Amino acid sequence: MKDGFRQSMAWLHTWTGLLLGWLLFAMFVTGTAAYFQEEISRWMKPEVTAAPDREAATQAAITYLHRTQPDAESWFISPPSARSPTVSTFWQPRKVEGEEPRKRRGRRGDTSATLDGQGQPVTARETQGGFFLYRFHFDLHYMPVYWARYLVGVAAMFMLIAIFSGIVTHKKIFADFFMLRFGKGQRSWLDAHNVTAVFALPFYLMITYTGLVTLATMYMPWGIAANYSKPDAFFEEVFPGRKEMERSDIGAPLVPVRPLMEVARQRWNGAEIGSVRIALPGDQNSTITLTRASSGAIGSRGESMVFSGTTGDLLEESPTQGGAMATQSVMIGLHAGRFAGWGLRWLYFLSGVGGTIMVGSGLVLWTVKRRAKLPDPARPHFGFRLVSRMNIAAIAGLPAGIATYFLANRLLPLGMAERADWEIHSLFIAWGATLIWAIARPEKRAWVESLTLAAGLFGAVPVVNALTVPRNSINGLRSGDWLFVAFDIAMLMLAVGFGYAAHKAARATTAKPRRARAIKEELATA
Amino acid sequence: MASRASPAPRYRLAVASRVLAAIPLNYALTSIVTALLARHLPLSRAEASVAATLTSFLIFALIAMAIFHARSTAKVWVWMIGSTALLGTLLALSLQLGGRA
Repeated sequence: MKDGFRQSMAWLHTWTGLLLGWLLFAMFVTGTAAYFQEEISRWMKPEVTAAPDREAATQAAITYLHRTQPDAESWFISPPSARSPTVSTFWQPRKVEGEEPRKRRGRRGDTSATLDGQGQPVTARETQGGFFLYRFHFDLHYMPVYWARYLVGVAAMFMLIAIFSGIVTHKKIFADFFMLRFGKGQRSWLDAHNVTAVFALPFYLMITYTGLVTLATMYMPWGIAANYSKPDAFFEEVFPGRKEMERSDIGAPLVPVRPLMEVARQRWNGAEIGSVRIALPGDQNSTITLTRASSGAIGSRGESMVFSGTTGDLLEESPTQGGAMATQSVMIGLHAGRFAGWGLRWLYFLSGVGGTIMVGSGLVLWTVKRRAKLPDPARPHFGFRLVSRMNIAAIAGLPAGIATYFLANRLLPLGMAERADWEIHSLFIAWGATLIWAIARPEKRAWVESLTLAAGLFGAVPVVNALTVPRNSINGLRSGDWLFVAFDIAMLMLAVGFGYAAHKAARATTAKPRRARAIKEELATA
Repeated sequence: MASRASPAPRYRLAVASRVLAAIPLNYALTSIVTALLARHLPLSRAEASVAATLTSFLIFALIAMAIFHARSTAKVWVWMIGSTALLGTLLALSLQLGGRA
């Protein structure tokens, strides 16, 4: 829209970055947290401590499902792993002739259960734990999942274009990397934006592109539609065990699962089993599909083996993946990072934090650059007010909401009806309250107060935890309960970070016009 | 930058027109290119479908950037409608002759 390639790309960078910037910020925050979703879930269920044997726990889960859901169409079992001590199961109720197949809607509790190593339902507080943060990252909340995913996809595409155009715009981006000038108003915000952008640029490119790829067949179904009249035809060709088996209505017991898991593990050079799916349990035509755990290799599409449920014979195996399929599998795997060990997992987390700061500083930069040019700084136009208040609500409000989510987990009564839902509601209540506060208060005061609030809430988490449950970082240091030590440290670091931001916001002065002019040239294309 | 207090109406119209070209029309064009790639890349059917799908996001982003970089809005529309019509016809032919699984 402007002459010159860099100028037009600067324009594009500004507007693609701003329009869905708040949603992108929320996706970065929750996506970053989701790299520790299992750990967050364990922290939010402090009652659960056991780390059972995989095969025995899986067999126990089958016994439980056999007792409680003998007529189900299929059972799905995720065995415990190094990061998660419980067994997750869900099931598809039997289809009734002439009735619409039940959509997986309604309350999750109806068709799912969390079990311990002995196949007993886990008696822990009702919570969605880290799983909620993971799902919010792409499903959002209070809206149909279908629409949410399209919205998230549009935001990701804007992000991709903002990254491409941003690289073009900041010609000296790598030289600027070594120029973080503090206390220089607008120039400092630009530096912060550049430094966090370069800090993990390959990560942002990777995470944005692979994020689009995770839902690629939803966003761009035409590649498959060009060759297949039904999407199912494609999936049946590519993934074994997808074809539906006919019910024989002749009863037959299931073979034990442990020997099959051992066969599969040997076949996959010792990799663990990530999921067990049993179709038509109790029927002669039942099948057991084992899928390799995604922690075993980068590729997320774990190989599968399909066995007969009544004889234990191997029926089908994943075909060797071609180049494109393997690429897709690795891209999704890179995005989710399920393969990552502790070192790499923290690197993922830090890169996510960098991305969060990049998006946040970019949003702030939009207002900082325009404030100096406002015709009447005392009464800015509507667009400016909207952006500046939304920035506060996003950057301080969402983290305050997440801290509230953790606090609610410890403070809501254990027997409360719909407890897990209320934990989630409390996140949005805190977030919404920050938005209202941001609108009601003068802008600068609103920044200071809401950042202070976020700092206080994060700081309160270790204290409230120590007062409400027996596991905490002091006991943890003695007994080696490192999860609780790390969680407390993370909360305190966030509290310090937000406290520091509040302190800086309190001392910030609007850039003086003279200085603004001096750096104007530098910023002309930024 | 484009943050002048009140941009001229002509400027706003040009932005709106390019947004139309860069989002809905671009999606249509990218879909057609993706479908053509899926049908004609020298790979197996499933592999070609996946390869084309993976590439589609890059294609979309590059077309969008080109649209906002172009000097003339009229040229943007000529190019977009022209290539969509041409490639759309090729895709229709390909589907007519080759069929689907």
